[in-house]
Amino acid sequence: MSGEEFVPLSLTPMLIGVFAAVACALPGNFLLLRRQALIGDAISHVVLPGIVVAFLLTGMIAAWPMMLGAAGAALVAVVLIEAIRRLGRIEPGAAMGVVFTTMFAFGVLLLEQSDTSAVHLDVEHALYGNLESLIWLDATGWRSLLDPQALRYLPVELPRMALTLAGVCLFIALFWRALKISTFDEGFARTMGIRTNLLGLGLVITAAVAAVAAFDAVGSIIVIAMFICPAASARMMTNRLEAQIGWSVGFAVLAAVLGYVLAGYGPLWLGGQDAVSTAGMIATVSGGVLAVTAKCGPCRSRAGAPAGV
Amino acid sequence: MLLDALTLQLGYNATLVAIGAALLGTAAGITGTFLFLRKRALVSDAVSHATLPGVCIAFLLMALAGGDGRNLAGLLLGSAVSAGIGLWCMNWLTRNTRLAEDAAIGAVLSVFFGFGIVLLTVIQTLGVGRQAGLEGFLLGSTAGMLYSDALVIAAGGAVTLLLVLLTRRPMTLVAFDPEYAAARGLPVDRIDLLMMGLVMAVTVVGLKIVGLILIVALLIIPAVTARFWSERSDRVVLLAGLFGGIAAYIGAALSASAPNLPTGPIIVLVSFALFALSLLLAPNRGVLAAMLRHMRFQRRVHLRQGLLALAQGQAIYESLTLRLLRRAGLLRADGVATAKGRARAAKALRDERRWEVVRGDVTQEAAAALYDGLRDIETVLTVDQIQEIDRRIDGPREVLS
Repeated sequence: MSGEEFVPLSLTPMLIGVFAAVACALPGNFLLLRRQALIGDAISHVVLPGIVVAFLLTGMIAAWPMMLGAAGAALVAVVLIEAIRRLGRIEPGAAMGVVFTTMFAFGVLLLEQSDTSAVHLDVEHALYGNLESLIWLDATGWRSLLDPQALRYLPVELPRMALTLAGVCLFIALFWRALKISTFDEGFARTMGIRTNLLGLGLVITAAVAAVAAFDAVGSIIVIAMFICPAASARMMTNRLEAQIGWSVGFAVLAAVLGYVLAGYGPLWLGGQDAVSTAGMIATVSGGVLAVTAKCGPCRSRAGAPAGV
Repeated sequence: MLLDALTLQLGYNATLVAIGAALLGTAAGITGTFLFLRKRALVSDAVSHATLPGVCIAFLLMALAGGDGRNLAGLLLGSAVSAGIGLWCMNWLTRNTRLAEDAAIGAVLSVFFGFGIVLLTVIQTLGVGRQAGLEGFLLGSTAGMLYSDALVIAAGGAVTLLLVLLTRRPMTLVAFDPEYAAARGLPVDRIDLLMMGLVMAVTVVGLKIVGLILIVALLIIPAVTARFWSERSDRVVLLAGLFGGIAAYIGAALSASAPNLPTGPIIVLVSFALFALSLLLAPNRGVLAAMLRHMRFQRRVHLRQGLLALAQGQAIYESLTLRLLRRAGLLRADGVATAKGRARAAKALRDERRWEVVRGDVTQEAAAALYDGLRDIETVLTVDQIQEIDRRIDGPREVLS
């Protein structure tokens, strides 16, 4: 395919997909090891009421109020889960189930009650995003990447997602040692003077920021899939955290690119005319990667556990 | 209007939906309790999301075969098959790989749902059949519910309830102590499978009313709510069924009573309201009860410490202690102990002495372990034993004040 076609139509959605996937996969590694993998699932559900409330308050579809609303909702959810877990002495999984379903239901109700038919805001959009529509019409070819005039009209999601990814990387790089120690041995980390509670909250907030930013661009399906699948696949490949993170980034990029290509061109190869949902396809590809690694990854079984148990 | 809806006076469709929802809520509450007690509540999330590809494939097959494509029984069959495959994948991942259950849940949930959405877009672009309403399975849609749909739901709910009734004892045993159940010779794997099968059945039946994203709430919230009210598993199961049924019935009635109130979300919100009330007001495990317990304990500590201070002639400055002593008529407004106060103080001090003897005596170790500074010694030792102790310490002393 020529650059004239590829750059305006495919480059930006692909890059946004890759950035979103990596930004979710990185904290996903730690969440997976800490057995908090479903936090991503919970966050992506509670983001909906946050966005709807932000829309109702400001009356417009704008990026920043929505991001703030979503982040606020994520924070409310974390606080509520913790409060219900402690006050009611309920196991965390069930507390999470209570909170995220209720907040999601509240979001759907608000959507139905308010007049949002005029704007592009509905549950389907929240679920699978609109990655396909984030095109860069001002580009004419590869040379546009150096053309400041065309660069000004780049979809805003691209720099925002890149910024989010940079923030996530920065958090993990800054707290690398503390995160690693507290993930594997929380008691030891505490004796070393690491504030494990704060660090855990920081990790959840980082994950929430990544989820909210990715959600805006690509919908919540990718967010859940990318929090878990690349990290889980990477876990089958290695026993070292550094290598696991490397593998997970690789898998995330693979899923994003392959998913985009399959969704955009797969139906054409099969004789169809229209593309299918990119977000769904990226999640499907990441599941395929997980299936392969779970079947033949070198470190797939529990160390020391007998086969079949 | 709401009263009309609650008494089923709002027309055919509303009545159908309300009864169907109540049945579904009861079945979901009862089934969900076992899941909750087994600490696997979120498995239902994976199961429900895994139904989407099956719905789409069933629709495609039926549409391509020349049918309507929207036959509810066919769609539910498809969803059951794909939920079963999802369940099998999840079990396989947790058993044969190093992944923990939560990661397996998340992986199955997102991948199956993603694949389902790909299929949804395929259906949209193919333009076969009348696909309008297929998205209704995401969030439930009760507007066009038919009598046959209601029959499918009622039959599914009834079968689920019957199965639970037959297998409640082994399921309870496995939920509380799988190792013991295995040692007793129960097939734990198969009972777990049955539990998941029931969850799957409820999910599939509930797709039409509450949709696949929110059916999780019907499985989890009533069980958690019921747990507040009882410590006995059989009562928790019954209460969960009751709460689920009530929430679903009220929710369905509410949503029929005004426009723009989607049934599924309203049912979930009503369940949550019941949950919040229980969290606050439940007799033993509720927040209010815990606060009252704490306050009562605080008062006893203050009163006891105040009495000991009185007995030893120490001045009391703590305002709560002073207030409690005055209210009990043990202390006059000017801070001087009344006759009753002096008597109680002397008794408190003497009890403390008695406890000292008990705690210093190795043979009384069991009784001494009960000492917490508040317990009345009469509730621990017999009259004879107390007299024996009193002989060793020299009787009650007069309090100087």
